[in-house]
Amino acid sequence: MTAVTDEVLTFDEALAKYDPVLGFEVHVELNTKTKMFSSAPNAFGDVPNTNVTPVDLGLPGVLPVVNGVAVESAIKIGLALNCRIAEKCYFARKNYFYPDTPKNFQTSQFEDPIAYDGHIDIELADGTVFRVEIERAHMEEDAGKLTHMGGSTGRIQGAEFSLVDYNRAGVPLIEIVTKPIVGAGARAPELAKAYVAAIREIVKNLGVSDARMERGNVRCDANVSLKPKGQEKFGTRTETKNVNSLRAVEHAVTYEIQRHAAVLDSGTPILQETRHWHEDTRSTTSGRPKSDADDYRYFPEPDLVPVVTNEAWIEKLRAELPEPPAERRKRLQADWGYSDAEFRDVVNAGVMSSIEDTIAAGVSAPVARKWWMGEISRRAKLADVEPAELGVTPELIVELNALIESGKINDKLSRDVLDGVLAGEGTPAEVVEKRGLAVVSDDGPLLEAIDGALAAQPDVADKIRGGKVQAVGAIVGGVMKATRGQADAGRVRELILQRLGVEG
Amino acid sequence: MTDLIHLSADALARKLTSKEVSAVEVTQAHLDRIDAVDGAINAFLHVNTDEALLVAAEVDKARTGGDALHPLAGVPIAVKDLIVTKGQPTTAGSRILEGWQSPYDATVVRRLRAAKMPILGKTNLDEFAMGSSTEHSAFGPTRNPWDLDRIPGGSGGGSAAAVAAFEAPLALGTDTGGSIRQPGAVTGTVGVKPTYGGVSRYGAIAMASSLDQIGPVSRTVLDSALLHEVIGGHDPHDSTSLTDPVGALVEAARMGQVEGMRIGVIKELQGDGYQAGVLTRFHESLELLRSAGAEIVEVSCPNFRYALGAYYLIMPSEASSNLAKYDGVRFGLRVVPDGTPTIERVMGATRAAGFGDEVKRRIILGTYALSAGYYDAYYGSAQKVRTLIQRDFAAAFEQADVLVSPTAPTTAFKLGEKLDDPLAMYLNDVATIPANLAGVPGLSLPGGLADEDGLPVGIQLLAPARQDARLYRVGAVLESLLEDTWGGPLLAKAPEITQIAGGK
Repeated sequence: MTAVTDEVLTFDEALAKYDPVLGFEVHVELNTKTKMFSSAPNAFGDVPNTNVTPVDLGLPGVLPVVNGVAVESAIKIGLALNCRIAEKCYFARKNYFYPDTPKNFQTSQFEDPIAYDGHIDIELADGTVFRVEIERAHMEEDAGKLTHMGGSTGRIQGAEFSLVDYNRAGVPLIEIVTKPIVGAGARAPELAKAYVAAIREIVKNLGVSDARMERGNVRCDANVSLKPKGQEKFGTRTETKNVNSLRAVEHAVTYEIQRHAAVLDSGTPILQETRHWHEDTRSTTSGRPKSDADDYRYFPEPDLVPVVTNEAWIEKLRAELPEPPAERRKRLQADWGYSDAEFRDVVNAGVMSSIEDTIAAGVSAPVARKWWMGEISRRAKLADVEPAELGVTPELIVELNALIESGKINDKLSRDVLDGVLAGEGTPAEVVEKRGLAVVSDDGPLLEAIDGALAAQPDVADKIRGGKVQAVGAIVGGVMKATRGQADAGRVRELILQRLGVEG
Repeated sequence: MTDLIHLSADALARKLTSKEVSAVEVTQAHLDRIDAVDGAINAFLHVNTDEALLVAAEVDKARTGGDALHPLAGVPIAVKDLIVTKGQPTTAGSRILEGWQSPYDATVVRRLRAAKMPILGKTNLDEFAMGSSTEHSAFGPTRNPWDLDRIPGGSGGGSAAAVAAFEAPLALGTDTGGSIRQPGAVTGTVGVKPTYGGVSRYGAIAMASSLDQIGPVSRTVLDSALLHEVIGGHDPHDSTSLTDPVGALVEAARMGQVEGMRIGVIKELQGDGYQAGVLTRFHESLELLRSAGAEIVEVSCPNFRYALGAYYLIMPSEASSNLAKYDGVRFGLRVVPDGTPTIERVMGATRAAGFGDEVKRRIILGTYALSAGYYDAYYGSAQKVRTLIQRDFAAAFEQADVLVSPTAPTTAFKLGEKLDDPLAMYLNDVATIPANLAGVPGLSLPGGLADEDGLPVGIQLLAPARQDARLYRVGAVLESLLEDTWGGPLLAKAPEITQIAGGK
């Protein structure tokens, strides 16, 4: 599509004159079995309009019933965001006409969200910690999904007709709203990305959401405004809707900062509006005007009774919370003794939990890292799957490592053993046996191979004799080749040096 | 066979149980009566002949086979067309739902089916239950069996008239501001609005969710108790439904005892605005209760004077939201205007064509009352009044076990008389509205005929929330005393129904 691109300043120019203020509304779809207010399955990707009951279609006479699991999930999210949990909160109706909203109102929360006044600490790449204040987290229901047909843009404007799928209508959502985030300066885009990543990680760690951004499980609306440096009062904000990947969040914030700066520099006021994000052009276009006076005629939902919490229930849920991801990372890095760089690679490769399990199964931290960051990551990349999806168990790594440490096999052979195990040929020991993979430990055949290799590369042999011990690798390589890898390279090296009368 | 239609539900049940008559005979007798008189009355929007006879035949078969049956099995019933039923149209008295069939049964209908009560059909009402005369039905007014030129009350004029005209021994109504009780008053029948939450609202098309309640319509107090026990009790599909068991209502009606009870006369619900003949009958009823050993006390509910005003803010506010779903997108009427049919224009044209004037009046009123800047003054103030009315009731019930008032200020007025004067129409509900605002139960029973016009007068009993049994206990005594006074059931004095010109 061709988006009209606005004037922009460079990022540095923009930051030289203005301070950005950010704000985020992140919608998290819960992974409850059923919907927020009905017994319809909460499932992704099914045939349109099959996961619906009369309640989800807003048929005459229906009434909502609150999903208790969704309430617990909301409380857990609130606790993980260090929020206060309301003792009593209400649902409210947000009234507006739109065909993806079956009742023409969304059941949400307005004046009293279930969770409020929280914060999370966001760690940036260089270790800087930035505290983001959470205003509220409230429960609501998702809308259906519209597909606009016949137009060139895929938007409702210009479409010939639209199709609506109510499978998503009524899926439980938690909307997490930050307070205005000031002071991020040039790191605003990085912080934006890190914030959304942190929310995604938290809800995934809690087990309350599948947290897959590509499926819309976590959706971000990013608010940006600029104020001239030194000014206290916030500028007019725009809200870029549905920025649904981490990279896009970073880019959208960057773009809006640059665009706002250009508009402000030209002496025109910023229009308070929603913006559409375009991944292809990495830019936004005008959506609809939005003002604080948008009148949704909120009123308390009379079909639902208030949600009442109590101390015992909240404390029970608090006790069930898993260790926060940031704290867990800190603890594991310290336990394992990895460097910052090593640990970051482990996290980025998505093998932290696998390493944790493997260490627990009985190998050292360096060995676990060697396997998961080495051979297993390599195979995962080739197969285009996550390392954890290859079927390598911690126990298998323990066995392979034991075979290596006992000298039965070497690193190279261990890969063949792994092949055999993954091919279903049995345990590592059985594969070693069946494939005849054991290291050649008898010196006789080795010496024979060494003599052959020395004879084949007399100049190398001379170099070694002359003291260039590092050249021994070439001879070792020849021996390994001759023994099809079934030699202990260390022993081979020793024997070569002995043969040539050189001190290793 | 015509005798069958004059029997009470209780009497029919006995005859069915003793196999004196068959369910098919009973059902057919009522269908014949509908056929004979409904052209004049227009109580039914749909007659469910085949299914009713089928269910009756099942009952007869089961009885012959000795199967256990509900005591009311085979006793036919009419259902207000605001309550959804599988296999029959549900219109809510509106063009916007003309031809729509619900894919699900209301909980009360499921309970009728479980008791094997043949459903005779769906009864007329003011559109979406908005009115006090049934003149706002899109399908023509229902006529009062006592005088075909007069209104049968509303919104449940169809159910009341059907029972008064011996077309059905029982009917279901809904009562948001008096829609069961006021029609009961002006047709000489019994109608009960249970405690809010006492009967599931699931499947009752919502007008004002916090006020709506389904209840029984009958010719005797005992019959209402019998039906109340069938439909009452907790429903997990309705979050506002009480978890209490329905209570021994039939036992209370059979026992009927007022000796030593304190019966409170509400000072504010008499005097100015009440027809002289209504007040005469009301005071007569008080004397009868006193003679039966009750203590008559006067109570004051000073905030009742604000009830009508508060009601006409809360009810339209909730209605404006509840009726948003009728937009032509998913079900019911769809009007596609000429020109480019955008979704807004289709919704607008559908609602413009599908809703009648009174519905539009209330939607506009409610939309306004909920609007930003007006919410506190209108909806907010009305909710405060509601609290004050609840306090008035609480104070009154400190002094009295049951409260009593005329049900409606006048007897049935002429068709067309108040159609152009909404405020005059609204005043019909001045005595019934406080119970809805407070959620307390109310019962109307016939108190005799007004001297000046010979038309039925209704006496209203009110009890504290969850004390519905008291209504039956006192109502049964008063009913029996009044029958002694009037020489039998009041409806025996109703004129024969003759076909009229301009009837169906």
